[in-house]
Amino acid sequence: MANMAPAHAPVSPGSDGETRRDFLLHTTVAFGAVGAAMAVWPLIHSMNPSADTLALSSTEFSLANLQEGQAIVVVWRGKPVFVRYRTAAEIESARQVEIKDLRDPAADQDRVKKDKDQYLILVGICTHLGCIPLGNKPMDPHGDFGGWFCPCHGSHYDTSGRIRLGPAPNNLAVPPYQFLDDTTVRIG
Amino acid sequence: MSMEKSTGRRAFEWFEARLPIVSFIDNAVGSKYPAPKNLNYFWNFGSLAGFMLVTMILTGIFLAMNYVAHKDMAFDSVERIMRDVNFGWLIRYMHANGASFFFIVVYVHIFRGLYYGSYKAPREVLWWMGLLIFLAMMATAFMGYVLPWGQMSFWGATVITNLFSAIPLVGDSIVTLLWGGFSVDNPTLNRFFSLHYLLPFVIVGLVFLHIWALHLPGSNNPTGIEAAPADKIPFHPYYTVKDAFGLGVFLLFYFAAVFFAPNMLGDPLNYVAANPLVTPEHIVPEWYYLPFYAILRAIPDKLLGVVAMFGAILILFVVPWLDTSRVRSANFRPVYRILFWLFIINGLILGWCGSQLPEGLPLILGRVTTFYYFFFFLVLMPVVGWMETPKPLPASIGTPVLKAAE
Repeated sequence: MANMAPAHAPVSPGSDGETRRDFLLHTTVAFGAVGAAMAVWPLIHSMNPSADTLALSSTEFSLANLQEGQAIVVVWRGKPVFVRYRTAAEIESARQVEIKDLRDPAADQDRVKKDKDQYLILVGICTHLGCIPLGNKPMDPHGDFGGWFCPCHGSHYDTSGRIRLGPAPNNLAVPPYQFLDDTTVRIG
Repeated sequence: MSMEKSTGRRAFEWFEARLPIVSFIDNAVGSKYPAPKNLNYFWNFGSLAGFMLVTMILTGIFLAMNYVAHKDMAFDSVERIMRDVNFGWLIRYMHANGASFFFIVVYVHIFRGLYYGSYKAPREVLWWMGLLIFLAMMATAFMGYVLPWGQMSFWGATVITNLFSAIPLVGDSIVTLLWGGFSVDNPTLNRFFSLHYLLPFVIVGLVFLHIWALHLPGSNNPTGIEAAPADKIPFHPYYTVKDAFGLGVFLLFYFAAVFFAPNMLGDPLNYVAANPLVTPEHIVPEWYYLPFYAILRAIPDKLLGVVAMFGAILILFVVPWLDTSRVRSANFRPVYRILFWLFIINGLILGWCGSQLPEGLPLILGRVTTFYYFFFFLVLMPVVGWMETPKPLPASIGTPVLKAAE
């Protein structure tokens, strides 16, 4: 057994200077890194919304008792959704705005359903930093444009829920919804 | 070599001069830790235990994000983890089976130390730190098992906390203190959750002490003789690679259980929600407590049974002095070696007895094996160490190999 190969037999480099040992090391590390990433994914994904949370993603409500000029708040995915029965004057003022002058240009017609122009349905969360704007109750401040006013940092929204003044970058979002019949709405 | 140092190298050295954490790791389990060159695969189980500790802490943190420690919601929250939380089933099965595999690994690690005499001078404190980790693991695992708030959780908690009522005079007060009430109830569940989250980090601290104590004398080896510097090789890459290979093999078994038999080691009764008014017909602890449970039941006296059960673990602390042999490794101890394997078989029988109803054969066998358990430590260890003639030890780790090569 005197002819035992020494443990550190020099491994001859290939044409590009890389040895067999380098190759093995790099593939091992690569496999290990991919494996670790795959092992971490279930842990991270477990923090995403679970099946029971996603199951709560639609909400139905009735407009039957909503009077002209009133607004109600519906909870959808744990967030407030503003439902406003607009007066003709409010719709009129929303449609007279020059759209290209808006910070987040959008026509009022695109923010409501056809022939349901009076019902404005918005996610009631300020696009600045997530506070709930005031303006659903008669005695609330409505801001300079007759819509909503966010008390946290002073964003003003008009009667179409579009940002007009203050730090918020975007209009109040319109959630996905549909009319199931004349007075029943499903959000989500 | 007139090579300029790269920017990365200079940044690394700047950082190392201020917080030498990479050198610290390199000294602990890297290229600066010389380990005996003859370590066999039983030496893999230390790093495997470390891997399982990290796995348990990681999966546990994510379970805690979805678990509700309230008696009316705990059981349902665990079912929600299983059904609704993304990969919740995987994380929970990894955690539940992880406990079993952690104990398998640690038991092998302990028996390796027992066989190769790793507890003997100068490694007594190293052995103690390991035993403290074992005790903390038992407490952690017990409290973790209570959290799903199934029938076995509830009645296991009741039985184990009632062990303390065996203490004379103050026993009942201590049990009330443990419960935070007059029975196992919501306050008990809350504090168990708190401690179940805390203790693993205590174990991490103990692991640091364990490794610190290891590094003064260095690793023992299968011959049990001191390893000369010439007989040592750097831990990295030699043992990091060997440990990584062993980890791969271990993971095959671990995930075979997680994916194909996740409830094999658990009790089906724990899928029944806790009912404080109905005790299950047959309460059994998780398998890793069974030998100690058998010792508890072998003795027909409440206080003595509890003393024997705790004594069975505490006796391990004095093993360095009970063993009178000057030879570490059982490979060189012909008599002790047989008695050791008998002790292992004895422990397996004890475990089986613990899983059976305490009557008839299991009870008698439980008593015989309980007797051998203590007889082994208290009589055989000192006497055999004293009388036995060990086989001649090699002059160095390398000597027998070099001789065979000639």
